[in-house]
Amino acid sequence: MLKIENLHATVADKPILKGLSLAINAGEIHAIMGPNGAGKSTLSYVLGGRPGYEVTEGSATFDGQDLLALDPHERAAAGLFLGFQYPVEIPGVSNVQFLRESLNAQRKARGQEPLSGGDFLKLAREKAGLLKMDMDMLKRPVNVGFSGGEKKRNEMVQMGILDPKLAILDETDSGLDIDALRIVGDGINAIMRRPDKAVLLITHYQRLLDYVRPDFVHVLAGGRIVKSGGPELALELEREGYAEIAA
Amino acid sequence: MSVIALPTRRDEAWRYSDIDAVATAWPLPAPESIVVPAGDDFKRAIVQDAGDIRQIEMSIGKGATASLHVLNIGGAYGRIELDVTLHEGADFHLGAAQIGGGEQNLEIVTTVTHAEPGATSRQMVRSVLGGTATGTYLGKVAVARDAQQTDSEQDVKAMLLERSATANAKPELEIFADDVKCAHGCAIGELDAMSLYYLQSRGLPPAEAKKILLQAFVAGVFDGAEDEEKLQALALTKLGELV
Repeated sequence: MLKIENLHATVADKPILKGLSLAINAGEIHAIMGPNGAGKSTLSYVLGGRPGYEVTEGSATFDGQDLLALDPHERAAAGLFLGFQYPVEIPGVSNVQFLRESLNAQRKARGQEPLSGGDFLKLAREKAGLLKMDMDMLKRPVNVGFSGGEKKRNEMVQMGILDPKLAILDETDSGLDIDALRIVGDGINAIMRRPDKAVLLITHYQRLLDYVRPDFVHVLAGGRIVKSGGPELALELEREGYAEIAA
Repeated sequence: MSVIALPTRRDEAWRYSDIDAVATAWPLPAPESIVVPAGDDFKRAIVQDAGDIRQIEMSIGKGATASLHVLNIGGAYGRIELDVTLHEGADFHLGAAQIGGGEQNLEIVTTVTHAEPGATSRQMVRSVLGGTATGTYLGKVAVARDAQQTDSEQDVKAMLLERSATANAKPELEIFADDVKCAHGCAIGELDAMSLYYLQSRGLPPAEAKKILLQAFVAGVFDGAEDEEKLQALALTKLGELV
């Protein structure tokens, strides 16, 4: 589904990714762990097409298409979802309005009919329920006045509504208390654990992986994958730290 | 009838105006006069979409309220000039948006005089400017010597879609009373790149993402307007032409 080969990327002319390769197949959940500054968030932004994140070498294909040639909205319509580490507050724009327009823009790009207001609200209510989020919050301006945990849950509600093929979740677990972590973990499983979908979890900690069990764990350090393994690798990292493994 | 001379750019209230356009309309007809009787409640929406110069003089009587909603979008040069006098305990609200692209020059010039005690005035103005357009707000609040307990506010923001556009904003206070509250805030900025990216990452094409942010930027000014939906729709259409 996603194939990254020898990816090099710079931010403000500073090389961050230095030859990263990774392949993710449908039905798989991958976790990327790594120390601060390893390039984890850069990887998520490069795949999401954020301006200022420049690919200098290598490739990334998504279902056979050249992912890097697509604009951010085209990546979304192709089925990519990026869960932000710091979801953005947008005063004056209601969640439901923005999500309905986003979903319908994606559907249009795929040649599908737009969803009616009624059908959209039904869908939104269902996904909000899944994340135990109050429908009233979904009518409020995007992330404004939300706690850190609420913002992350809102990201997952958005993911549920947009129903992507591949979700890249950048530190979705940071800022969550224990209960919220379980709710978010269950949400990710309910929405994304399907044979035709895949997830790339970027995290610092093992604890989210207790709820969302990865098939593969990778260690990112110095802009490259330095070690890959099964779920036991996350436990090993938690026990011994990155210094030992990444050395 | 005395013909007043054509203004020049040396006149403060015409400093950023398109004087050539003013000359073709000169001499201007007498300003429209609106008198709101004591205790009354007046509301009006003004849409400037043809390149007019509109001058309104308004007197708001004791305890009366008046709210004006203005959408200044049309023509090469569009100017709305308000001269408002508030009597005891009167309330004036202005919610205005000016949206221009190309080489448009749009301006809103207000003089709000608190002539007597206890009156309140609120002005909220939003400008969205693209191309080489110019948007100007000149707002003077004058508080007379006896007008204690005056409470006035000017909230002025402009958004530049291109670096070639120009926004001028000048809130001005002239206060002769000592027990007053006069707040003014003014900001000129650009669309937030991270917000734009966030919206696009959910599937909105760039123009749609810009439009939704700009809609939010101007939306508040029409709250409570009589023709709120119509004003929002007109504003949205104009924004759609700029992005």
